[in-house]
Amino acid sequence: MSGALESIVNDLEQANTLEDFQRITENLRDYYKLDHFIYHWVNSVGERFGAGTYSTEWVDRYVEKDYLRMDPVILGALQRFHPLNWKDLDWSSKGAKAFLREAIEYGVGNQGLSIPVRGPSGQFALLSCNANTNDEAWAEFIDLNQQSLIIIAHKFNERALDFDTGFDNTIVNLSPRELSAMALLARGYSRSQAAHDLQISEHTLRVYVEGARHKLGALNTTHAVARALTKGLIVV
Amino acid sequence: MLRYIYADQLDQFPRLAHTMFRDRAVQFKDRLGWEVSVDYNGHERDEYDDMCPLYVIWELPDGTHGGSMRFLPTTGRTMVHDYFAHLTGGVHIESPLIWECTRFCISPRADDMRSCAAALVLGAGEVMRRFSLRHYIGVFDPRMARIYRLYGVSPDIIGQAGSGAGEICVGLWQMQDGAWAKTYARLGIEAATSDQWFKASLQTLNAKTPAQAETATGSDWCADIVSRHEHTQHPVF
Repeated sequence: MSGALESIVNDLEQANTLEDFQRITENLRDYYKLDHFIYHWVNSVGERFGAGTYSTEWVDRYVEKDYLRMDPVILGALQRFHPLNWKDLDWSSKGAKAFLREAIEYGVGNQGLSIPVRGPSGQFALLSCNANTNDEAWAEFIDLNQQSLIIIAHKFNERALDFDTGFDNTIVNLSPRELSAMALLARGYSRSQAAHDLQISEHTLRVYVEGARHKLGALNTTHAVARALTKGLIVV
Repeated sequence: MLRYIYADQLDQFPRLAHTMFRDRAVQFKDRLGWEVSVDYNGHERDEYDDMCPLYVIWELPDGTHGGSMRFLPTTGRTMVHDYFAHLTGGVHIESPLIWECTRFCISPRADDMRSCAAALVLGAGEVMRRFSLRHYIGVFDPRMARIYRLYGVSPDIIGQAGSGAGEICVGLWQMQDGAWAKTYARLGIEAATSDQWFKASLQTLNAKTPAQAETATGSDWCADIVSRHEHTQHPVF
């Protein structure tokens, strides 16, 4: 995981406006060298909010034709919780085929990946990215980046929910176990040393670290340790 | 073969689904004596079966259930959080990279329990790898621990409570890189077969087509999600 991606995620952490979201989707598109990157908040009454790199023409067209109701990506993600490779979705209907052809004409990539995210009370969002490439190259992209994209998707949604409630949840509450684990790692302990110190297995330690990573909105352990230090949660 | 089926697609496999819920009743109620509810069909089902979980099911040659488990993401409601938070020292385990695995069940009809368990290990590994997960978490009966060990899927126990028949544990699983080859060997298959099984399930991993979704009754979880959306205001942006 590179520093460039970490700095985009740090930027996302501070995002407060739709303009911030917009800039971040552009940066992510450039970072991953993709055609498009979109964060999309959806509900069933046809409202959509979000930010992304699609052309205004495509967004207008999408809204005008009410594609939200038939877009196989949206329909596929509404009821699922695993990351969706567009290629694996059901494009068999005539309508879906025509929709895909048209999307490609408007510059949407032929290969895509969407991560569904669910918030409280049935809130639902989707992070999608796409590019014009072949199956092998796309499979390789997914293999390499899917995990970081899942993390980023949840980060986007967390920020969007903050806008929604006006509640700033940047205050992070780590449990005592999570704090001890992070503190030891920050002191340069290896995983096995830290686990030994806490009298837990390395496997269990990894889960505390993963829990802390998620709460801190960090991309990886090093990033999480850095954040815990910056926020003053732990001291070395 | 292994099948990967979301709850709303189970109706395409009535025999498989029926025998799975029956076998769960045998394992969890009759054998382990858990306080689970069994309906008039002899099916052991709980509230999490209504949340559109993903099932990984080992199908026997006669089309019945050989073994199965159930997955839900820890970013939503989970059994560990709802009922067993006291076992994890109050730590709420929640991450998009950790899913909860529950109702690990092996059918009494499976004459080769070892390969049945190996198949489930394989299925869990495939889900973990393909969906970029890091861990599974789950509640289990310590009497199963010996069996897990036998099949090479010993969990890490992060919490436990109770004693005797009432003892219950929270465990963590991970698919070690070294486990793949052993698992293929136990099943007598190649990686390509597992890949074929997964690809054969693409349709049951996908959402139902709109036509089917529209005819779905209001009682299923997915319809519920839609209706909850209708009542939710999103004054965002």
